[in-house]
Amino acid sequence: MDALMLARIQFGANITFHILFPTITIALGWILLFFKLRYNRSRDMKWMDVYKFWVKIFALCFALGVVSGITMSFQFGTNWPGFMMAVGNIAGPLLAYEVLTAFFLEATFLGIMLFGFNKVSNRVHTTATVLVAFGTTMSAFWIIVLNSWMHTPMGFEMRDGVAHATSWFDIVFNPSMPYRLTHMLLASGLTATFLIAGISAYRFLRGDKCASVIAAMKTGVYAAAVLIPIQIFVGDVHGLNTLEHQPAKVAAMEGVWETERGVPMLLFAVPNKETRSNDYETGIPKLASLILTHEWDGEIKGLNEFEGKHPPVAPVFFAFRIMVGVGMLMLAVSWLSAWQIKRKGEPKRWLACVLAGMAFSGWVATTAGWYTTEIGRQPYLVYGVLTTAQAAATNVTAGMIGATLAMYLTLYAVLIAAFISVVFYLARKASVKPDPLSEQAFSSIGVEKMVEGKL
Amino acid sequence: MEIFSNGQWLPLVFMALMGISILAYVILDGYDLGVGMLMSRASDAEKEKMIASIGPFWDANETWLVLGVGILLVAFPMAHGVILTALYLPTAVMLGGLILRGVSFDFRAKAKANHKHLWDKCFIGGSLISALAQGYMLGLYIVGFEETFATFAFGLLAGACLAAGYCFVGAGWLIMKTEGELQKKAIKWARIALWGTAFGMAIVSISTPLLSPRIFDKWFSLPNFFLLLPIPMMTGLLIVVLEVVLRKLPRPNDRYCWVPFAGSVGLFLLGFHGLAYSFYPYIVPDKITIWQAASAPESLMIILVGALIVLPCIIGYTIFAYRVFWGKVKELSYY
Repeated sequence: MDALMLARIQFGANITFHILFPTITIALGWILLFFKLRYNRSRDMKWMDVYKFWVKIFALCFALGVVSGITMSFQFGTNWPGFMMAVGNIAGPLLAYEVLTAFFLEATFLGIMLFGFNKVSNRVHTTATVLVAFGTTMSAFWIIVLNSWMHTPMGFEMRDGVAHATSWFDIVFNPSMPYRLTHMLLASGLTATFLIAGISAYRFLRGDKCASVIAAMKTGVYAAAVLIPIQIFVGDVHGLNTLEHQPAKVAAMEGVWETERGVPMLLFAVPNKETRSNDYETGIPKLASLILTHEWDGEIKGLNEFEGKHPPVAPVFFAFRIMVGVGMLMLAVSWLSAWQIKRKGEPKRWLACVLAGMAFSGWVATTAGWYTTEIGRQPYLVYGVLTTAQAAATNVTAGMIGATLAMYLTLYAVLIAAFISVVFYLARKASVKPDPLSEQAFSSIGVEKMVEGKL
Repeated sequence: MEIFSNGQWLPLVFMALMGISILAYVILDGYDLGVGMLMSRASDAEKEKMIASIGPFWDANETWLVLGVGILLVAFPMAHGVILTALYLPTAVMLGGLILRGVSFDFRAKAKANHKHLWDKCFIGGSLISALAQGYMLGLYIVGFEETFATFAFGLLAGACLAAGYCFVGAGWLIMKTEGELQKKAIKWARIALWGTAFGMAIVSISTPLLSPRIFDKWFSLPNFFLLLPIPMMTGLLIVVLEVVLRKLPRPNDRYCWVPFAGSVGLFLLGFHGLAYSFYPYIVPDKITIWQAASAPESLMIILVGALIVLPCIIGYTIFAYRVFWGKVKELSYY
């Protein structure tokens, strides 16, 4: 494999690993605030229990997000030196504002949020929770601004191959930013709520039906049930925005090779880049045209209009279908669960199993969505301005990239496995009522109690 | 002056900001990396105390690295590319170390009891790898990214010395934040690490001017030599004072327990000054100056405005966070 492809895989692997954790923390920060406020108002210990449980997972996600984020700030230079040289004047300030307004805020107040409960007043602690949640959201804002600008660049001019800003307003509020930001924030909301619902359902299935578990499950399920239809709507609008600015990406998403009217919505197909057509096509006639143009006979530009300048079709085509598929599943599961919980106070056992199984479904949908949009931008890094190949490092060999890639991939695989197993382990541990005298309980509830001096 | 027209002063300001961030990083993450490495010599109960002393801070400490590299990235994009592709492998190793230690820190408190030792090992190993890799990167930076066997060895030596330096700041931090047996241990560690640090500073001070005639002239031409003499003299004096103080610690009522940490900050400050003076105005040694590497003035201005508004807030709430967790470390109630 050539160095460019390896560099892309490496950066892609890192950014994929990274996004898993902010996707949880962006929304979980606000959900923790909700738990905290419920406790402040009602003084009901169940809300404090929920808070205490989820703040641990928040801390874990945060740490994983920080370390993989640091990696990214280096990989801009190691993998894409040409990116900053060409568009550094635009990307630089946006990244700088992210670090300045968000990164420090969240990292500093996280310490108080996690360890300061007995050291500061309840009000200061609540404020720290607000600032952490606000910081993570600001962080998402700046990063999405930069990412959107790479898709729909505006407000700049090129002088001697280097981009110079002409309007910061146009740069920040570039055409795709509002859609992408909303889509991402909702994705984060769904990831976090399905995680909460899923892990609570897991505890519920293990026979832990205490008030805090039910409260968390209700919060997760209801919030997901509200968010998912909004997300589907926003996703559709985002798609229309993409059709306007990046028609080649939409053509790849829909698997449309020739420009035509009344395009079917493909449920399944295998795009074939050799024959430039699809194999095994199965679809619903005219539906894609209806969704994208709001007319049964609307015209959609095909990939052949962009020959040489369109993304690889198969990954975009499949990633898009995975995202939509998981989204539809989320809709069905969250509404059914909400309905059952509303009527019976708890979900049926099989549905609880489904919820537990979908604890990390948000990750799948979000990753698939990002692959759709980012691979869909290829061969460009900054759409229409800079290709990915132009930005790649020229003095780093494929061997070096391959070796470090192997290191990163091993590390990431181990960490994802460790993360998921620790989340489930924490769930099991929280459900066990510890017997303070037994050695087993002593070691398994661990340091936290021990160092609190309660044993 | 010419420098003040056409926004020529902006790269200078950003150079200073980057210097401050890197210095802040080296001191702040230095102590928690140091504590991480020293954990290899501690008992299980002591490990808990040591972890508790850095728990609330390490996230924010590492953010200074992001700011430092961030400024390099946004203000001197050309240098960012040149430096980081030249240091491709050590950078990857350092990142691997930082990832490992960062996550181990959180996993160790949450994982199964029988996995805890494993995470502790990862934490210690990750801290050591990060420190060594950073020192190696500094070493290669000094030799201008040349890759021969000699520079490789020099890089490794620099790595070991920076690790010793971090251990010294870490031990100083522990002397300040703990009491009893652990504090006595930390004093012992500090005495060993101090000499490693002193050795490292001497090596770098001698080799830098020898490697570059330009730097040699900067230090050893008159009158510069006499004007700069206070830097090495103060460094030497500080090392002697620290050794004397460490011999006498701990004092009743824990007086002067802050001296080693303050002294380590002083040492890093002096060392950093020496390096900064040597390399200015180059950002890539003897190749690219800060003006050649800088972004467009209008972009730098936008960042500067934000930085000037936000940095005081960052410093303010960082101080606030340190005050919340002031004093001897109690128990870390993870909450």
